[in-house]
Amino acid sequence: MHPRLRKYIPILAVLLLVVVIQLIISASGANYYLTQLTMSAYYTLVILGLCLLMGYAGQISLGHAGFFAIGGYTSAVLTTVNLMAHADSSVMKTLQRLGMVFERQDLYGNTLLSFSPWLAFIAALLITVAIALIIGIPVIRLRGHYLAMATLGFGLIIYRIVLGTGFLGEADGITGVPAFPLFGLEVSGALSRRIPNYYIAWVLVLLGMLLAMNLIQSRVGRALRSIHGSEEAAQAMGIDTARYKLATFVLSAVFAAVGGIFLTHYNGSIGPSEVTGMKSVRYVAIVAVGGMDNLWGALLMSMVLNFLSLRGYFGSYDDAVFAAILLVIMLFFPDGLLRAPGLRNLTILRRRAVALFRTPKSQGAEDE
Amino acid sequence: MYAIIAIGFNIIYNTTGIINFAQGEFLILGGMIGISLSSFLPLPIAIAAAVIVTMGVGALIDFLFIRWLKGPSVLRLIVITIGVSILIRESMLHIWDEKVRTLRHFTGSEISSVKILGAYISPQVLWVLGISAVIVVALSLFFRLTLVGRAMRACSDNRTAARLCGIRASRMVTFSFMLSAAIGALAGCAISPLTQTQYNMGAPLAIKGFTVAILGGLGNSTAAVIAGLVLGLLEAFSIAVLPLAYIDAVSIAVLLVILFFRPSGMFGNREASALKEF
Amino acid sequence: MTKKLMVGIVVILVILSLFIGCKKKEEAKAPIKIGAILAVTGGASWLGAPEAKTLEMLLEETNAAGGIDGHPVELIIKDSQASAEKAISFTKQLIEEEQVLAIIGPSTSGESMAIKDICQEGQTILLSCAAAETIVDPVASYVFKTPQKDSYAAISIFKTMQEMGISKIGVVVGNTGFGNGGKAQLEKYAPEHGIEIAIAEVYDSGATDLTGVLTKLKARDVEAVVNWSIVPAQSIVPKNMRQLGMEVPLFQSHGFGNIKYVEAAGEAAEGIIFPCGRLLVADVLPADHPQKDLLVSYKSEYEARYGEDASTFGGHAYDAFIILKAAIEKAGSVEMAEVRDAIESLQGVVGTAGIFNMSASDHNGLGLDSFEMLTVEDGEFALLEQ
Repeated sequence: MHPRLRKYIPILAVLLLVVVIQLIISASGANYYLTQLTMSAYYTLVILGLCLLMGYAGQISLGHAGFFAIGGYTSAVLTTVNLMAHADSSVMKTLQRLGMVFERQDLYGNTLLSFSPWLAFIAALLITVAIALIIGIPVIRLRGHYLAMATLGFGLIIYRIVLGTGFLGEADGITGVPAFPLFGLEVSGALSRRIPNYYIAWVLVLLGMLLAMNLIQSRVGRALRSIHGSEEAAQAMGIDTARYKLATFVLSAVFAAVGGIFLTHYNGSIGPSEVTGMKSVRYVAIVAVGGMDNLWGALLMSMVLNFLSLRGYFGSYDDAVFAAILLVIMLFFPDGLLRAPGLRNLTILRRRAVALFRTPKSQGAEDE
Repeated sequence: MYAIIAIGFNIIYNTTGIINFAQGEFLILGGMIGISLSSFLPLPIAIAAAVIVTMGVGALIDFLFIRWLKGPSVLRLIVITIGVSILIRESMLHIWDEKVRTLRHFTGSEISSVKILGAYISPQVLWVLGISAVIVVALSLFFRLTLVGRAMRACSDNRTAARLCGIRASRMVTFSFMLSAAIGALAGCAISPLTQTQYNMGAPLAIKGFTVAILGGLGNSTAAVIAGLVLGLLEAFSIAVLPLAYIDAVSIAVLLVILFFRPSGMFGNREASALKEF
Repeated sequence: MTKKLMVGIVVILVILSLFIGCKKKEEAKAPIKIGAILAVTGGASWLGAPEAKTLEMLLEETNAAGGIDGHPVELIIKDSQASAEKAISFTKQLIEEEQVLAIIGPSTSGESMAIKDICQEGQTILLSCAAAETIVDPVASYVFKTPQKDSYAAISIFKTMQEMGISKIGVVVGNTGFGNGGKAQLEKYAPEHGIEIAIAEVYDSGATDLTGVLTKLKARDVEAVVNWSIVPAQSIVPKNMRQLGMEVPLFQSHGFGNIKYVEAAGEAAEGIIFPCGRLLVADVLPADHPQKDLLVSYKSEYEARYGEDASTFGGHAYDAFIILKAAIEKAGSVEMAEVRDAIESLQGVVGTAGIFNMSASDHNGLGLDSFEMLTVEDGEFALLEQ
């Protein structure tokens, strides 16, 4: 096989797994599992972005739920706003013809005129990038405690804004978010559409994975790893650390926003509970458990933990479980669960697998 | 009142270079214990007991989580203290359930008020201010005059040198946790009659406290007091100007502004803060 | 290399299929499954915890008495921690996996709105314990709610004000959906009762000191203050008012329905007036009041069993349960559509919040008379002498 294509094997393997799981689930009539699997997949997207930021660029972010919210809320607001009052203005009519605004029926037979989900999607992404840039530029200059506090503060401000603003639904959030039409399918929570939605979510996650993997193995990735290793050395080598860190920050924000947008359409709503400090801490905990710079570890852990949490296995101890996980990992396995000394056999297996999939040139850089 | 929390942060930071996110929980824990005990113990004893128990918890945190780490990165420590704070909060939830509770007022009752300079305030406010002042003074005396206090200061200035002089650094760390926990608990009891105590109030308090600490310059306790007043005034102004729901956002915005533009705070020294290490 | 990968995949598949294959669907016809999504812990635990306890208590009683219509009852309580996405996930779980007959809850309006459409599409009965008007307006055929209408609370307050000769008031509300909903209702019904709202302010529901806001009200010389919020502000406002030397009457919303809030406010709580279900004054109701027996027994059993005071919030879950029970008994079947129709046709069901009279256009069923004006005397709840 062409050496370049070898790296895609893990992705194809996971795709196969995803399909097989779905077939098993459907065959045994347990389609309801798909719901949690789909929701977890969208959270995983956020986690992948955070993993890039924390593991490769070395920047902790305790406020990533904020970007999730920016994406989700923007999309929600634009697709639920009712512009019927202006339906007869010429601006509206033009927009309608361009397909940017369209009429739809809601559950109670009311006709609404709202922005199309595609427009909302683009707008949400633009806003996310803008905010990420504005916040990112000062943030990347910070280190350690200050960085943690700044990102925490950012997440909290978003939370407060959402809680305090009328058109963002305040404490109740925004509901009635319509489906997102996607190439003939649609992203929505409709029970009849579960299987296509499951695949859409997973395709997005795998695309994100692909993007992340390509990034890591490109020049950008190598630059990031050198920054993570030692920032001064990297700067001495002429790498513009600030630019790379900023780019990673913005990219991870976009990942989070995309996850937010699609989950909002899937759930049909979004609320301030998606933006709490605990949510951000959860994301960090999951990245830490999977191994800060281990994309696959993050994916695995995210699926497992989110799935269990959404199914209520942790009951009232949900937050405590994540805190405990975080503590245990930080104390005993700072490099992530998959690199623990006790799991040596697995590590050897993994190393062998990695060795087989990587070309000899980049192997040295991978095994830090 | 925020100043007390900030001072708690400062103490631990000075000796260890760690920011203890669980500081807010100390306040609430102290308050909760005080409330539970005050139903069958006289108030002053209940408060004293609460302080002692919380100190024990502080020491426990150090033993369990901090002590035996070898050269941990700052990132790890931050995350650990966050995790600890969440665990404490969840345990409080399960031990004391979700209800809001109050401690009795130290003097007078809920409706007594004192007129000072034309403004009505509850006598409890005077208690809070008084206790804060006493704590600040006591602490500065402690650090300056007692052996232990000076040992702690030595640790914060230069760890290796302090060790050479025979000071056990790890013990200082434990002590700083205990001290922070103690003043946190005392403060928690003092403000409980005013703000009530619920298991999840720790985090917002911690954030405000951190803001004040940074504002004054991390590690500088007298500045923290001034910064506390500044923040309080800022909030009071905001109430008059902004829609109320955004008041909390104001203090966070202050935090972000400071972090972005002047991380060493109003009184801090730029280079000194950059050199701080664990 | 491909072999190792294949082995790995096969292993995972085998494990999964074992796990999933073992999960058989319960086709048992006898037990009635009821789901409950409540905020037992988390930010709305003052709602969810009493609701969960009430339901557990009722479950035991019902099963001990032979179940509903002969069917034993199974209750599945999920703790949503007031998080909408958890509520959504649990709803789908309950509808598809557990195939419950009905869902009681959620505790908060935000969550209820988030799952309203899902329940409607999934054609599962939802008996919400949350107060927002939008839950039943516009009406969705499968969605009902048990707490009283906010608008009736507002109207009750205004009627009392009219009797007291108050015409100029100040309004402060917390920034939750409940608070803002209350503000909207107050502003809507004030004019027709001749009340002028001189100033209305929204504050952060987690605020610990409200003297700033109240000073503004004092400056406007209002004749009464209306506070529409949840804990802890409900107890802080009265204290702050006293400290500021404000002597005007304080009205609160029906969210004040727990003696603990009175205790937290101490002496400052004396004289607070608020509309409420009659649960809290069950003992002083006249003996022939239709709700008396039910309220007294609920209150005493709850307090005996859990050692804490009953609150009106637990009552919402109580009402949901007995409505469901009455509907199943009336329909004589456990078919979803028939039970739903039965609920709509229920008349005169005595509950904790009032007497329910459902209809196709009214999925709440409580009228203005479900509210009683209460006040605080000597640290206890008492009927307001008109």
